[in-house]
Amino acid sequence: MLELILIALAKCVFLFLAFLLGGAAILSWVERKMSAVIQDRIGPNRANVLGLTVFGLFHPIADGIKMLFKEDFVPARADKVLFFFAPMLSFVPPLLAFMAIPFGPPIAGREWLLVSDSQMGLLFLLAVASIGIYGHTLAGWSSDNKFSLMGALRTSSQLFSYEVGLTLSLLGVFMVYGTILPQSIIAAQSELMWGWLPRWGIVTQPLAFILFMLSSIAETKRAPFDLPEADSELVAGYSTEYSSMRFAMFFLSEFVGILLVSAFGAVLFFGGWHVPGLSGDAWWIVALQVGAFLAKTGALVYLQMLVRWTVPRMRFDQVIGFGWKYLIPFGLLNLLVTAVVLAVWR
Amino acid sequence: MSHERLPMPDLTCREMLLQMGPSHPAMHGTVKLDLRLDGETIVGVDTTIGFLHRGFEKMCENSTWNQCFPYADRLNYVSPAINGVGLALAIEKLCGIEVPERTRYIRVILSEIARIQDHLTAIAAAALELGGFTAMLWAVEARDHYYYLFEDVTGARVTLSYCRVGGVRNDLTPDFREKFNRAAAITERLLVDIDKLLTRNRIFVDRMRHIGVMPAAQAIDWGFSGPCLRASGVPYDVRKDDPYLVYDRVDFDVPVGDNGDNFDRYLVRMEEIRQSLRIIRQCFDQMPEGPVNHPDWHVTHPPKSEVYGTIEGMIAQFELVFRGPLVPAGEVFQSVEGGNGELGFYIVSDGSGRPYRLHVRPPCFAIMQSLETMLMGTMVADIIPTFDSINMIGGEIDR
Repeated sequence: MLELILIALAKCVFLFLAFLLGGAAILSWVERKMSAVIQDRIGPNRANVLGLTVFGLFHPIADGIKMLFKEDFVPARADKVLFFFAPMLSFVPPLLAFMAIPFGPPIAGREWLLVSDSQMGLLFLLAVASIGIYGHTLAGWSSDNKFSLMGALRTSSQLFSYEVGLTLSLLGVFMVYGTILPQSIIAAQSELMWGWLPRWGIVTQPLAFILFMLSSIAETKRAPFDLPEADSELVAGYSTEYSSMRFAMFFLSEFVGILLVSAFGAVLFFGGWHVPGLSGDAWWIVALQVGAFLAKTGALVYLQMLVRWTVPRMRFDQVIGFGWKYLIPFGLLNLLVTAVVLAVWR
Repeated sequence: MSHERLPMPDLTCREMLLQMGPSHPAMHGTVKLDLRLDGETIVGVDTTIGFLHRGFEKMCENSTWNQCFPYADRLNYVSPAINGVGLALAIEKLCGIEVPERTRYIRVILSEIARIQDHLTAIAAAALELGGFTAMLWAVEARDHYYYLFEDVTGARVTLSYCRVGGVRNDLTPDFREKFNRAAAITERLLVDIDKLLTRNRIFVDRMRHIGVMPAAQAIDWGFSGPCLRASGVPYDVRKDDPYLVYDRVDFDVPVGDNGDNFDRYLVRMEEIRQSLRIIRQCFDQMPEGPVNHPDWHVTHPPKSEVYGTIEGMIAQFELVFRGPLVPAGEVFQSVEGGNGELGFYIVSDGSGRPYRLHVRPPCFAIMQSLETMLMGTMVADIIPTFDSINMIGGEIDR
């Protein structure tokens, strides 16, 4: 029993502290550097330790220190309790959801690289990740600011609409592989079709992948769906009144969210840690597979950032209309076609 | 089966009042909108201007005519060169003097460069606030090359203080044309890029099309001018209809829109940038060599060698600086095609070296009046492209 708890703790420390928080911090650097490249700028390059700048990689650390020492402002008429809890409520769920993501294959029959091998599988991820909405909504509600309130209203209706589209796009994948367990899905994806094509989700469910990417960008509230924090009209949306580390929690939760949907997409559509033609238990194979998983996640992160810095923002009613008029019907169509094909196939 | 409805509880709905500005990211140029909202739909807009009022017109009454030019640069600070040209033309009209040929071309070239800057800024701001950060930075980068040109010629990037009564401060630099060609090449490449990024971008078109519509008849009633009027389909351009300087000698087209919506205003601006480049190139070809200032020392400063070397030069300099050029008594109105419309200067002189009264007709004042009409019934997010396509400039509307 004690051993189990210790192992779980070790996995959590590795996952949450090393990978997620570090990853989110580095993503903030990647985002700034990448936007700089796209926009013909140099990007962050000033923060240094003993004159060493390392391409501006110290900036996330500098940002973190700055955030910690900023004044923690609470509006006089804010709902203090909700105002206090809202950032946590938006920060913790995406972290928790990572429990269902396998970082690598089972080693010696044990899931060393997957925090929770529960029977809920990826449903756990979907359920937990949705809780984050409450954080944003409550933040907007408790701030006693009209811009925050409108941001909160937009968040709740947008995420509600796109949650449906997201889930619909996943159902097809679950049907094809006949399971909701991440490791089983990855195992099923490592089979080969016609002897050379891996049965990755992107091959078997291409439409679902497009729907998934669209709704996951909406879920992470980034352009072109960044209505809840549309800076030009709503100042900063639900986080308008937040400062200091509480704002940083919203900020980080956005990046953890990007990591989450990218890792999720990698597991569902790109075979997770699977590398075609590579199997075995040797340590270097496992290391390669973990590396492959991180690379796939990184590629999806890259895709999201590319979209973020290329397209303008949609209008609120257009976003909701897009969700209900295109995403959900196409999700249903994908489901129907998948069901028919599967019925004929088997 | 009963068809009776359930008794409805008496729900009271109130409109939400939302103050946008004066310090709000979208309200650049400090203006305040008091919005009445039904959900996200706008049912009322109350515009408050005046947050940037500096008393430009009153300040001018206490300055010599030439001292007004630095103030005028701060009217439309996005296209400062045009303001100086307009004021100079008005004063010269009252004086009844003609500036040398070369100066007329220089003024047109600088005005058109300023127009390019103005339109690039308007497009960039619209793109930025619709979330297209990349397009904005590209446009602003292209605009910067023109600022370097101004820096070469005038020593300043925005507050040029370049025009004078009877001429300009100095001639263009020898490599001006070459540097302009480089900047123009960058702009032309940018226009292609922006076309790819925005003009055919479904999201951008959806945000701009059929928003902030202003039909031609109404636009005239409101007193529209400039790109906003032309987007409504009225081909009115001061440069064509009441040519000043050398606009009647150059060949250019006046683009007009069909619907008068935000997207048409954007397209008109894009095309006007191309036309401005065309005008400037023709001006370079036609421009003669020669002096840039009126030879009469009663209106223009004598060269420094004369000031320090001759008593006449010394006196002329002294009188121009302390008394100002004597402008005959009378009143005159002169308008030029500014960055966002017809920029008019109405001046009254009592024959002294200072204006008796100086009034500016800012183009965006007339356009801002109609903001409520354009926004009524649209959504909160539609304020952004509409306000940006008007291209309201605080320095000009408040003076």
